[in-house]
Amino acid sequence: MLRFIFVKLARALLTILLVMSFAFIVLRLSGDPAQILLGPDAPQDAVDAFRARWGLEDPLWQQYLAYLKQLAMFDFGVSMRDHSPAIQLVMERVPATLALTIPALMLKICIGIPAGVYAALHRESVADRGVIMLSIFGFTIPSFVLGLVLVLIFAVNLGWLPAGGQDGWHYAILPIATMSIGGIGILARFSRSAMIEVLGQPYIRTAMAKGLPWRDVVWKHALPNAAVPIVTLIGFMVGALIAGAVVVESIFSWPGIGRLIVVSVANRDLAVVQCILLVIAASMVMANLLVDFAYGALDPRLRSARSGK
Amino acid sequence: MSFVSIRNLRVAFDGVQVLHGIDLDIGHGEAVGLVGESGCGKSVTWLAALGLLPGKAKIEGSVTIEGQELIGAPRTGIEAVRGARIAMIFQDPSSSLNPVHRVGRQICESLRLHRGLRGDTARTEAIRLLDMVGIPSARTRIDLYPHEFSGGQCQRVLIAMALAGEPDLLVADEPTTALDATIQAQILDLLSNLRRQTGMAMVFISHDLGAVSTVCDRAAVMYAGRIVEENDIGRLFVVPRHPYTRGLFDAIPELDAGRARLHPIPGTVPDPRQLPQGCAFSPRCTAASRFCKEHQPDLRAQPQGGLLACFHPDQVRAETKQEVFA
Repeated sequence: MLRFIFVKLARALLTILLVMSFAFIVLRLSGDPAQILLGPDAPQDAVDAFRARWGLEDPLWQQYLAYLKQLAMFDFGVSMRDHSPAIQLVMERVPATLALTIPALMLKICIGIPAGVYAALHRESVADRGVIMLSIFGFTIPSFVLGLVLVLIFAVNLGWLPAGGQDGWHYAILPIATMSIGGIGILARFSRSAMIEVLGQPYIRTAMAKGLPWRDVVWKHALPNAAVPIVTLIGFMVGALIAGAVVVESIFSWPGIGRLIVVSVANRDLAVVQCILLVIAASMVMANLLVDFAYGALDPRLRSARSGK
Repeated sequence: MSFVSIRNLRVAFDGVQVLHGIDLDIGHGEAVGLVGESGCGKSVTWLAALGLLPGKAKIEGSVTIEGQELIGAPRTGIEAVRGARIAMIFQDPSSSLNPVHRVGRQICESLRLHRGLRGDTARTEAIRLLDMVGIPSARTRIDLYPHEFSGGQCQRVLIAMALAGEPDLLVADEPTTALDATIQAQILDLLSNLRRQTGMAMVFISHDLGAVSTVCDRAAVMYAGRIVEENDIGRLFVVPRHPYTRGLFDAIPELDAGRARLHPIPGTVPDPRQLPQGCAFSPRCTAASRFCKEHQPDLRAQPQGGLLACFHPDQVRAETKQEVFA
């Protein structure tokens, strides 16, 4: 088990390193920050001074080694725009993003899974078909369309809710709704098919044959088995807690990570973009690790495969 | 009075009739074999009786257990019969145990449900049951998961689970099909011994006539959703009368028969969607006349004992041979 944890952690670190290296190179190949930050009319000596200040004149491999050295010392650089530490800029925005994504995740789980399980238990009923239709509706509409439609209905026409900004809890309602509807649909569909698959297994027939009430068959025998695939999907959603709000934050001008990344990329604010990508990569890798450990807790077969029994 | 009595049981899936009126009685403590090819309705008969078929199955007829009707009974009524009066074990032991629960927990669940045992009492009883079905060092292995047992041991665990409810009847649905030959023999021994010890009745569903003969007192042969012949094991094996039953015996390799050829039954099992008119076996039967192809024979009590559904029983085997080599 220790070996398993060690391998998983090493792999996670390697993944983060690869992501950061890729981001580093792509960012430097995609445009000159000096030109963008200082503007096209800036005098040549100002541009040169800026480039020298940020080490942009060194060969790429030297810049890269310097960057790795910084990272190893947990120094994430400073913003080229306002010279404040990049990590601080990023962390200031994280709570605003989580204020949207965590409630949205809760909604996805609390509505999506019960809806899917209910549909599976009442297969081919009106409710089942309704759940299927709504979930297809939910996950096929892109969030930028859904967001605009919701704004049109609830902000513009009905005037019940604000169209954007962050000035009280009711400002979060439309962004959270926009974000959760697609996830509810996906999770409902996924839970439904996982549950249908499990209900067809021989051990469910055994549980029924021994006289268990249907309620116990579902709760004690079917759900724990259907949990494994469902947890995988929830893992992806947890991994997207920080990165998944870019579009929605832009629509509703919500001051979270998503807005910050859009602005920083446009400005070629290298340190900030790299820092955001690091936080996003780390959160996704963490979520994957959690899912891996959750598998062990849910399925004893995986547990013994790991301990090498 | 018989313990379980099945009358004119009919089952259809999506409008396709797969069971065409089964009549069968199981007495207290009796062991009855149900024999036939895959898909002839052996398992469906008992899954229907216990309400274990999917919802789309249309079930008609009657199954009574000591006079209590099961078909159309409310769910709680059938749940009270399952495991407590009639227990069932299945074909694929490894996937018939829930992979995420320890075997002990799965047995204790039955003990709590049917005998109200909890905690240490339940655990002690579960260990006793595992001992009884021949799981070595049951005391420690009770805490293992199903994937840590072999197929044969999983079947033993399933048998222990079935015994936990002290049922009056155990329905064993091809319990040895997925196991290799030596384990098959051990499980058959175990089932015979358990029946002797507990006095419970048993229905043994199998396509293996040898297995049926070691475990059962009586056997019914099924073909295409009907019982075609039923008799005591002794008489059925010595004088099989239905051409299909004879065909089954001819298809068994004999150890002392030298290099003689086997005699397979020509043709294949009919598609339940396109059953032939008249006797369903008539297209494969060498004794079939035009009458057989137009009329369905009823299952009738025979003067020499047993039940039979055939217009031309006792045809000589030579004809079959000619047909095979023609």
